Amino acid sequence: MTLTAPSLQRQWKKPPFIANPWLRWGLILGGSLYLVLAIASIDVNWARVYEGLERGWKFILAFSQPDFFSRSRDIVEGMEESIIMTVTSTVAGVIISIPIGLGAARNIAPLPVYLICRAIIAISRALHEIIIAILMVAIFGFGPLAGFITLSFATIGFLSKLLAEDIESMDRVQAEAIRATGASWLQWINYGVQPQVMPRLIGLSIYRLDINFRESAILGLVGAGGIGATLNTAFDRYEFDTAAAILILIIGIVMALEYGSGFIRARVQ
Amino acid sequence: MLRLDNLTKKYPTGDLALKSVSLDIPKGQVLALIGPSGAGKSTLIRCINRLVEPTSGHVWLHDTDLTRLGSGALRRARRKMGMIFQEYALVERLTVMENVLSGRLGYVGFWASLFRKFPQKDIDEAFRLLERVGLDHMADKRADELSGGQRQRVGIARALIQDPELLLVDEPTASLDPKTSRQIMRLICELCEERGLAAIINIHDVALAQMFVQRVIGLRFGEIVYDGAPDGLSADMLTQIYGEEDWEATIRKVEEEDGEEEEENENGEEAGHAVKTAGEA
Repeated sequence: MTLTAPSLQRQWKKPPFIANPWLRWGLILGGSLYLVLAIASIDVNWARVYEGLERGWKFILAFSQPDFFSRSRDIVEGMEESIIMTVTSTVAGVIISIPIGLGAARNIAPLPVYLICRAIIAISRALHEIIIAILMVAIFGFGPLAGFITLSFATIGFLSKLLAEDIESMDRVQAEAIRATGASWLQWINYGVQPQVMPRLIGLSIYRLDINFRESAILGLVGAGGIGATLNTAFDRYEFDTAAAILILIIGIVMALEYGSGFIRARVQ
Repeated sequence: MLRLDNLTKKYPTGDLALKSVSLDIPKGQVLALIGPSGAGKSTLIRCINRLVEPTSGHVWLHDTDLTRLGSGALRRARRKMGMIFQEYALVERLTVMENVLSGRLGYVGFWASLFRKFPQKDIDEAFRLLERVGLDHMADKRADELSGGQRQRVGIARALIQDPELLLVDEPTASLDPKTSRQIMRLICELCEERGLAAIINIHDVALAQMFVQRVIGLRFGEIVYDGAPDGLSADMLTQIYGEEDWEATIRKVEEEDGEEEEENENGEEAGHAVKTAGEA
């Protein structure tokens, strides 16, 4: 293959992201100026940073000797409660999310159903877990029931939304082919839609299990039960070694879930 | 057997895809629907089984007006119309067998289909069809493991297990190589003859259509501009359907190859061209 002479001389440069040079250079200069001024305006009290470093180091030293045993009964109870809360709320949340997710997918649901399901999702996502947990503790009193309801509710917003988005981006023709056979609506979902979204649904459910476990550690702080309550008590009593033990357990479980979910997601693809 | 009566489809965007199309198809007739991309070929066959709702006009299958059916009756009517798709439209994560058996969904209840408990005669028929299309050893493979030609064979088996009276075939060969294209067209036409099925085949490859069908309909801008025998397609006629182009090569090739199985290469160019145009559709 030979090139002709004129085409050898032609220059090419990637077109700039912002076409107007005045606007482009204005934004670059303005941005740099702002960055310099912003950094200059930070007022750091280095003496306090030094004190904080020392305190932080003590904290870390305490953590290097985690105490799993002196409060082992509290830890085991808290963990049990957290795990039960996590699993039950994930299962309940996933079961409720599936119909809501189907209803929130614009390509398979009629408009009124779509609007209702999207509203449910919006409410669930608008309220942070902590806020729901405070409400639920106020309604149902202290303990894991409030935590269970909170996490189930949060799971619905998360899973329905992502499931609906996966359904909306599925291959329309595969589903159309099932409809053309004379399948009923449920059969159509089972044969035309479900196989396309199942791997993602499984992956998201495991991911949500992971999130729910981490959240369950926080919910204890507002009285919704679980390992968070135990952790809070440990901090209140300045038992940093027990707190360290609890944190290490939480990290260990989250890591195990992480590896487990990677393995399962690779298998269901 | 199938009669279209002033069938019109206007999309919400304002595009008039079909303008009062009327057509009569007797039992057992295989016809090819040709025309440029955007002429309304896909819309036409999707209006018949109402995957696309026609705006006005009627579709008569025997004595039933399909356009007036409620959802339950429409489902029962769809069982009599098997559909074969351009990109095969197999459900990729289901097995070959599940894909074939999904053609029986209109006949079995929800729980039976959920647990894949199909009647034994359906399973026998599925294996018979898979054997007929040469894929019985693939029954438990997942659909996305198959090659294009194999997938289209599964698509054909899925349409036939519905026990249809009519096949709606949308660009069956557009994603296939020239040799496989011929094999698939031959298979479809043979099966139609064996079972006395009528078929409407949307196809871009005029030469391929002329080799296999008894009747050709030319569609342009949603209107029928040609209805007749395959060898009645002259250069003038093709110009009227597709627009100005040198048609001599296309026509000559048909005359030379009619019923022959040689010159795969030359035809390859033609089919390769068809694939390109189909991609734009």
